[in-house]
Amino acid sequence: MNAEFIIFLVLALFVAVFSVMTVTTKSIIRAATYLLFVLFGTAGFYFLMGYTFLGSVQVMVYAGGIVVLYVFSILLTSGAKDTLSKVSKGKIAASLISTLVGLAVVLFIVLTHQFKTAIGVGDEPCENLITIDTIGQFMLSTDKAGYLLPFEAVSVLLLACIIGGLVIARKR
Amino acid sequence: MIHVEYYLIVSAIMMFAGIYGFLTRRSTLAILLSIELMLNSTDLNFAVFNRMLFPEGHEGYFFALFSIAISAAESAIAIAIMINIYRNLRSIQVKHLEKLKW
Repeated sequence: MNAEFIIFLVLALFVAVFSVMTVTTKSIIRAATYLLFVLFGTAGFYFLMGYTFLGSVQVMVYAGGIVVLYVFSILLTSGAKDTLSKVSKGKIAASLISTLVGLAVVLFIVLTHQFKTAIGVGDEPCENLITIDTIGQFMLSTDKAGYLLPFEAVSVLLLACIIGGLVIARKR
Repeated sequence: MIHVEYYLIVSAIMMFAGIYGFLTRRSTLAILLSIELMLNSTDLNFAVFNRMLFPEGHEGYFFALFSIAISAAESAIAIAIMINIYRNLRSIQVKHLEKLKW
C-alpha cells in the first residue's frame, strides 16, 4: 500500500462517482460540471502512468476546450435553469438492467482474462516515460513507426471541422 | 502495485455510465455528454494497454492523442448542429426532432 496506490484509489473513486453522477443528475449544467471532474480525473490517471504530455493534452483540449464549448452551448440553447426531461420508469429500468448486465459481462471478462503484464511495470513510480522530443520525432516521421499521415489527416479534419461549423451554425 | 485490471474496471464503469446516459437522456446535449464519457473511457483504455502491456511501444499513446483530437472535432460539429436545430425548432429535446420521421 504505497502512495501511488493510494493516489490511484482516490482518483478511481473520484472518477467512478462523478461519471455516475454525470448521467443521473437532473440539471444539465451540473452534468457538464461533473463531466469536467471526470476528465480531470482521467488526466490524473495519465499523469500517474507517466504520460505527462497526454495528461496535459487531456486537460487542455477536453477540460479547457470541449467542456467550455458545452457550457456555452447549454447557455445558448436551453439555459442553466433547464432541467432534464423525465423519462418513464419502465425505460429507466430497462436501460439500467441492460447496462448492469453489460457491465457484469465486461467485468467478468476483464477479471478472468490473464493479462501478460510487461516485466517491471508498476514496480516503481514512473517518471516521464515519453518526452516531447520523442513525440515530435514520431509525429513528423515517415518511416514504419511514423505518424505523419494521421497527423496531416487530423489537420485536414480540423480544417473541415472549422468550415463545417461555420457553415452549419451561421445565420441565414 | 497497480494492476492493469484496476484501470480497466474504472474505465468499464465510465463506459457503462455513458451508455446508461445515452439510453435514458432526452436532451441532445446530455446525450453528447454521455458520448464524451464513452470516448474518454476508450482513450484511457488505449493508454493503459500501451503503458502496462507494451511499454516499449507507442501505438496506444498516439491512438489516444489522435482520438482526443477527433472527439474535439466531433463535438464542435455536433454543437454547431444543436445550435442550428435550436434556431429552427426552439428546442433540443429529442422528442421534438421529428421532421425527418416518416
